[in-house]
Amino acid sequence: MGLTNEQIERYSRHIILKEVGVKGQKKILDGKVLIIGAGGLGSPAALYLAAAGVGTIGIIDADNVDLSNLQRQVVHTTADIGKPKVDSAAETMRAINPDVNVVTYHDYLMADNVMDIIKDYDFILDGTDNFPAKFLINDACVLGKKPFCHAGILRFKGQLMTYVPGEGPCYRCVFKDPPPKDAVPTCKQAGVIGAMGGVIGSLQAMEAVKFLTGSGELLTGHLLTYDALTNNFRKIKLPDHVPDCKVCGDHPTITKPIDYEQAVCSLKEQKKS
Amino acid sequence: MKLTVAGTSKEYPNGLTIAQLIEAEKVETPDYVSVSVNDEFAKNAEFATTELHDGDNVEFLYFMGGGC
Repeated sequence: MGLTNEQIERYSRHIILKEVGVKGQKKILDGKVLIIGAGGLGSPAALYLAAAGVGTIGIIDADNVDLSNLQRQVVHTTADIGKPKVDSAAETMRAINPDVNVVTYHDYLMADNVMDIIKDYDFILDGTDNFPAKFLINDACVLGKKPFCHAGILRFKGQLMTYVPGEGPCYRCVFKDPPPKDAVPTCKQAGVIGAMGGVIGSLQAMEAVKFLTGSGELLTGHLLTYDALTNNFRKIKLPDHVPDCKVCGDHPTITKPIDYEQAVCSLKEQKKS
Repeated sequence: MKLTVAGTSKEYPNGLTIAQLIEAEKVETPDYVSVSVNDEFAKNAEFATTELHDGDNVEFLYFMGGGC
């Protein structure tokens, strides 16, 4: 099916790009992206993916909007305080672009629902705020053969990497196992500059759009780090293959998603984060 | 010897181990950092015994859990 006149106008700045064109815009309109976490990273990603016309955007988050979220979680407004974040994010995305079909999951992502939730999506963004969830997403995407973009932010720093099945290392190849609770500071404990979510979450949205349109190179096999205080971006090459990775190595020992013990408590304790 | 540490060329004494480099570079979470040397991950349990060599390219990869 062709684009409507309204779509040609709405997406004209995409269509004019040789890397996108009408063909690429149609791929975006047919694309299905899942955003896990409607927070600092998920907010800007949701805004840009909705504006870009991604056909189906899933968004999962169990939390409600809190006043302390609004310094960085730009998909929510002051009037949304108390509402489920997924409802607030969905309203904003639908207001930006009625072309987008938004699917909301007001729930925690757990080992028993992750495979079912990710199965219908082409690309997944990890915008979560805790390690058990990040490892859960990685393992589920490796096991379910789904490409995804991992990101983390803290203080004035952020980083991201993309995993595509069969192309380069996964998150667990680099970080092995979740650190013990409180061994590594969280945003809630150590703070994060609001615009960091904007920088890194937008880069995640960029990876999703590049994946859908097939343009350029993804951040597979690399970790891109950004230090706002020094203005340094570094694209760090990662080892191509990690034979002893527990989920994607030569002899994997993880064959199904895992709820790490701290997942439940840290998620529930951090309701306001 | 000359090492490239996180993209910067640095001079360190011969025989330096990964654990000593982690200390010298004041890594904030020394027990929870991944280290790659010349595009291969070093084993965390062997940081204290793995010596670095002239020309090695060392990267520190940090856990970053935020997203909130």
